[in-house]
Amino acid sequence: MAHTHSIPSLDEQFEFTAESKRRLTIGIIAGVVLVGIGAYLAAKGGGGHEHVEAAHGAAGHAAHGEAAHAAAGGHHEYKWTTRLWANVWVNSVYFTGAAVIGMFFIAYNYLAQAGWSAVFKRIPEALPAFLPITGVIMLITFFVAGHDLFHWTHEGLYEVGGPEYDPIIAGKKGFLNTPFFVGRMIFYFVAWYALWRIVRKFSLDEDLEGGTEYYEKSIKYSTAFLVVFAVTSSTSAWDLIMSIDTHWFSTMFGWYTLASWHVTGLAIITLVVVSLREKGYLKAVNESHLHDLGKFMFAFSIFWAYVWFAQFMLIYYANLPEETIYYRERFSGYGGIYKAPFFINIFLCFVFPFLVLMTRDAKRTPIILKVACWGILVGHYFDFYTNIMPGTVGEHGGFGPIEFGMILIFACAFIWSVSAQLAKANLIPKNHPMLEESLHHDI
Amino acid sequence: MSHHNDSAKFLVGVYDDDEVVLKAVTEVKSAGVRIHEVYTPFPIHGLDVALGHPRTRIGIAAFLFGLTGFLTMVSLTYYTMGYDWPMIIGGKDNYAYPAYIPVMFELTVLFTALGMVGTFLVSNGLGPTVKPLMFDLRSTDNKFVMAIDLSKNKQSEVEIASVLRASGAAEVNVKQF
Repeated sequence: MAHTHSIPSLDEQFEFTAESKRRLTIGIIAGVVLVGIGAYLAAKGGGGHEHVEAAHGAAGHAAHGEAAHAAAGGHHEYKWTTRLWANVWVNSVYFTGAAVIGMFFIAYNYLAQAGWSAVFKRIPEALPAFLPITGVIMLITFFVAGHDLFHWTHEGLYEVGGPEYDPIIAGKKGFLNTPFFVGRMIFYFVAWYALWRIVRKFSLDEDLEGGTEYYEKSIKYSTAFLVVFAVTSSTSAWDLIMSIDTHWFSTMFGWYTLASWHVTGLAIITLVVVSLREKGYLKAVNESHLHDLGKFMFAFSIFWAYVWFAQFMLIYYANLPEETIYYRERFSGYGGIYKAPFFINIFLCFVFPFLVLMTRDAKRTPIILKVACWGILVGHYFDFYTNIMPGTVGEHGGFGPIEFGMILIFACAFIWSVSAQLAKANLIPKNHPMLEESLHHDI
Repeated sequence: MSHHNDSAKFLVGVYDDDEVVLKAVTEVKSAGVRIHEVYTPFPIHGLDVALGHPRTRIGIAAFLFGLTGFLTMVSLTYYTMGYDWPMIIGGKDNYAYPAYIPVMFELTVLFTALGMVGTFLVSNGLGPTVKPLMFDLRSTDNKFVMAIDLSKNKQSEVEIASVLRASGAAEVNVKQF
């Protein structure tokens, strides 16, 4: 009821306690230990295998290359470290998306001049601070392990008449070459981060000085971000994920990754809002805000499924071998190890949120929202896992200490970054011009 | 459901302000008067709660319509393509269901949309032959109108009229259908 609101105090300072820092540190250490154990096991177990592979490679390199092209996108010798770097890459892509969607959410809410989201806007605003971390990690990974993860980085593919010459990949050289690729990567992260810093500064200054000037300026820079993101969300998806399976391409892929990132980001925003509310913060967030966040997740889970299916069905129907190989690899390739992640992904990202979040009551009940958020977050990990792993580690993939440890490291670091940002400012943007509307949000 | 009752006699309170009518609903109800319905030119937040309307079940109806549409198309595609006259198209199985997901989706949406329009018309008494009860034409313009069915209330007409006036009604009229 709109007329019986009692608006609680707007002064809320989030405290990033020493206890939380201690827990996150333990989490990161546990993650490192797990990765260490996994790496040790992989190095010990993978050594013999590497021998066989190397001998096989020496025996008939050209033939092996051909077979690998058909199956894995053509990797030469498998090294156990590849799995380590592939895991770094999966998590980097996942958390890059989670971070940049914070800015995306802020930007489209400014552009639409939305009022309802003002009260919790500090939460999406806190996410993009993680971008430099994943950006640097990805660049390092590319320079250290680029050859293991990205087949197109091999020089021999472009030598006309050479034993490894691949006319299809050579035809993509104008786009897929190291200088342009690295330049694009730097541009993405710098542009996203810089625009976020500007809008974030406006937001913090607005808290101190008030007025509508910062709001107007934020709309301009948000629009600029959306223009940049409209292009870079697609191109980054091609670069960071699709180029792993170099031969294959899908025109839906940019949208598909944006949908994955977006719904992941929405689930994180919702989860943080609900958790903060449970801890006694964000008292001004009412059931209507939760309802709208729930609708957002519900809608974009369906959108993700729509894009997923649009990509799948055209390939399924046209039945061209060079396209269906992508789904073959995931569905039945490599001894079928990717079949489970493939279906878990569809279940957790579409079926589960679709059924759980369908009713009005579900979207207004914090515990159900939390369950749906976790389903979506885990589901989209499998999304990036099934996109990245088959093309990088192929039959050597799986779920072991490396996977769980790496998730733990990245998740704890991400929570740390978000908490540190939340502690930097009042949790409610006191002087946001739309705050009054948001406080009375009633649907 | 607004059934057409030949001898229905109503008291109609006309209010000038949305805030007043929202407050009046609670006052009139606490005076023990049953309200037939409130008509407003625009939606008023909290009015449905104040009136004590049960939550709409149109969502359940929508789900069932959608399910009907979905199952209709599953049956139709399976019967025609998988059972009655199986054909091999593009080297796929006879019943290659991924190819039919778009039409299943379309029929789900179509049945849901049309079914909900129908449900809405029926539950609001807006069928083509139904003559709606119009208590005061100004409720489509600038007035907020509260209708009281006298046959459903024990109090006298005079008593109810004074309750309406006390709650802020600018006019109280009698309307007979």
